[in-house]
Amino acid sequence: MTDTAPALDRLRGDAPPRNHDARTIAALTANPGCARRGLMDAAGVDKDAVARHLGFPAPFGQSQFAITRGNGFEQQVKENGCAELLTLLRERAGLDVAEVAYDDLEVVAGGEGRELRHARTRALLGRALDGDAGTLFDHPLLKLDIAGQPAYLEPDVIAFQLAGRFHVVEIKSFAVIDGQAEPEQVAAAARQAAVYVLALRRLVAELGHDPARVSHEVFLVCPENFSNRPTATALDVRPQLATVERQLARLTRVDRLVEALPDGLTFALGEELPETVRAVEARYAPECMASCEMAIFCRDEARACGATGVLGRSVRDDLGGVDSVAAALELADGTREAPPELAELAGQLRTAARLRAEALQLAAAGGVA
Amino acid sequence: MSVLTSLAQVQAAAAGVAQPVATVRHCHLAAAPLVMVPLKMAGEAAAPLAVMLGSDRAAPELLAVPQPRNRDLRFAFAAEFAKLVLEHVAANVGAAESLGEGKDGEERVRYTEAPQILLPNRGGVGFLRLLGRSTRFRRTEGPYAVEPAVPALGRWLTWYADRHDRPGSSLLLTMTETLRLHWATGQSSLEDGNLAALVGWIDPPDGLDGPAAARRAEDPVASPPAGPATDPTFDNEVLAPAIAAYDGAGRDPRAEERVRDALRGQLAPTWDLMWRSVDLLRTLPEGGSVARRWERDRDGFTWFHRSFAESLPQPRRDIAVRAARRLHDLERAQDAYEAQRAFDDPLVMIEHRLNGLAFGGVVVGGDPARLDESGKRPKLRPHLLVATGDPVRLDPGATVVNAARPGLKGRVLEVGADGVLVELTGGMGRGLVPAAGSVPQVGERVVFTSLTEGSFGPARFPEAEDTPWTHGGPPAEYVPTDEDAQEDWS
Repeated sequence: MTDTAPALDRLRGDAPPRNHDARTIAALTANPGCARRGLMDAAGVDKDAVARHLGFPAPFGQSQFAITRGNGFEQQVKENGCAELLTLLRERAGLDVAEVAYDDLEVVAGGEGRELRHARTRALLGRALDGDAGTLFDHPLLKLDIAGQPAYLEPDVIAFQLAGRFHVVEIKSFAVIDGQAEPEQVAAAARQAAVYVLALRRLVAELGHDPARVSHEVFLVCPENFSNRPTATALDVRPQLATVERQLARLTRVDRLVEALPDGLTFALGEELPETVRAVEARYAPECMASCEMAIFCRDEARACGATGVLGRSVRDDLGGVDSVAAALELADGTREAPPELAELAGQLRTAARLRAEALQLAAAGGVA
Repeated sequence: MSVLTSLAQVQAAAAGVAQPVATVRHCHLAAAPLVMVPLKMAGEAAAPLAVMLGSDRAAPELLAVPQPRNRDLRFAFAAEFAKLVLEHVAANVGAAESLGEGKDGEERVRYTEAPQILLPNRGGVGFLRLLGRSTRFRRTEGPYAVEPAVPALGRWLTWYADRHDRPGSSLLLTMTETLRLHWATGQSSLEDGNLAALVGWIDPPDGLDGPAAARRAEDPVASPPAGPATDPTFDNEVLAPAIAAYDGAGRDPRAEERVRDALRGQLAPTWDLMWRSVDLLRTLPEGGSVARRWERDRDGFTWFHRSFAESLPQPRRDIAVRAARRLHDLERAQDAYEAQRAFDDPLVMIEHRLNGLAFGGVVVGGDPARLDESGKRPKLRPHLLVATGDPVRLDPGATVVNAARPGLKGRVLEVGADGVLVELTGGMGRGLVPAAGSVPQVGERVVFTSLTEGSFGPARFPEAEDTPWTHGGPPAEYVPTDEDAQEDWS
């Protein structure tokens, strides 16, 4: 892993590594088969800047209304030493947080250096682990190694229960209405929380304690119904944890991707950038649009070469093994001979093409079957 | 999906224009539907921002909330919106057809019309559902009283959203889903969710092809999103300053007009697209079973409207028996809808032909007047040999019906190299000689299928008071509470 670090630094050019946060780390689990994304993420390339430079900026804007609402809600929940949050954790989540010490780790005396903040988080957590104190940590700063690069993460809060387990608390401003929230938003929150759990477990292990003292059960705090009143819901993030861990382990093997690259390749912004980006193979799927800054560039590229992947996963699955629009059409009209492994699919495509043509002809003639 | 839809998508991608996946229209289109384009405020669950609506494409109404965070303005919006929706409902009540007496001796009727709503996309349905949820429990007297139309709106919106879940219902249609039922584009379902891009593929403007039109549709300035979410850049650069000016100007009408103008600009392009989509759908002839499904919709409307006065708002959650019954109804509706669409449309039936559950071809032989004389009395049992190139996967003995005339029933006898031998068993009249035209002649094209409509029978569920303990036992009777009525909406 460390061997590839210089190579990865070179890939980035002069630019400083882009910081990962829980959201971007969670996004690593999407589309694991894409070498381009894997490499750029591993090297900490600023994909947003690259995409912009290539003329395909990512459409990831956020409305100030949503930001205001999100900040306002978090502030409200955390007011007066997380008073509202504590009530919730006691009543709704059944957490036995009796005597509570509240530690805000956002600002460390004399500065806000990340190393410093992380050291303080570490020290306080260590004490809590030994002393069994009921504690709420606000704005702790965790660290997770992403392909040799430290990424700093800031969970919303960590609650420490007297029974001896840490719980990550995620504060989100989407509403839970009659016990239900939008599934995509819950899924995204769960992925993000899983990253925090993982980082926290690593830290606990480093401090010489059992990582299982960090619970896989996290608490999602959201507005209830149409009000500003918070409600807490327990979420089991074990599946997301497994995925994130697997992806991170995989990321550290980017050395193989790096080896295959021509010497002197760099993602530094410049004239050669389009060529460099194209030199690393992408695996575009419409799902990329939700999580990868490069998505619009890759989609354009995939469309230009007539890849079936741009039509969606269902099409790619239905036409398994046939990667291009042209090849699919030639198999369907019989002008391309199918290799043995595609014979069955080719037969289906030919029948499908014949049936479609017949039915359309019939409709044009004004008849019914 | 299937190889067929994938092939249609691939063909669309190659041709640069959408390809048909239906030859008839599989939904009802009312003469005067209520077209609605709602917008909500970003970051909030159901804070309405604006809605453009109406049944006259040349004269849409615009309702807007100049400060969406203000509760009073929000309820004022809900009251105005309610008035227009309830007018649309009322306009479709009137004439009714008699269905005779029911079991209880009361006369049953069905309204001849029903109020249809058209929305751009599924997101709009979710928004109406939440807007319904946040308004239907409100009280019209006492603390936090609202206008009487507001809770009524909530109940109607909840009902519409529920009807939308029902396969084949046309009471609340979303344009992207409806268009996708009839055309396949050369882009993914994600991009098809953008109404402008979808219409661009189906009917590209002069000088553009599908991909170019879709590309233009992705520019939020040229083509604002169809809601209910707004474009973040619009929020930050146009809407937020306009709302701030309204707040700062002491609610000056001119400042309010500025907010409305901004929102009108975002809504008008989608409004036009909605009506263009209606035009596109009207170019297709209506499918044979659409009227029957619309009858079910009219039944639902008649029942809901006539029992409205004495019913309570829909509870937050269904009780177990009701939920089970509803789920069963939805499954039945799905089953019937899929079969009906195939019978109505040869381009849908080929899906089953590709799967081997239907086959089509030319009658090449047989014995059209054959009698089965093995029993006590002779029976009319003509044989047909249908030559087909379809991958038939029906076993001998399988019951089949003629796709064009499902009354004509038969049985597969043999699937051989020269075709499928079918013995006809019914639908040829009562005599020993087939009714004229009932048996397909040699040279005729036929399609037979094992598909049946309504294979899903009704199921029996216990009454609510007999709910078994496994499902929580008999539920407490639902009573609207003060808490429900006074719930925050902030």
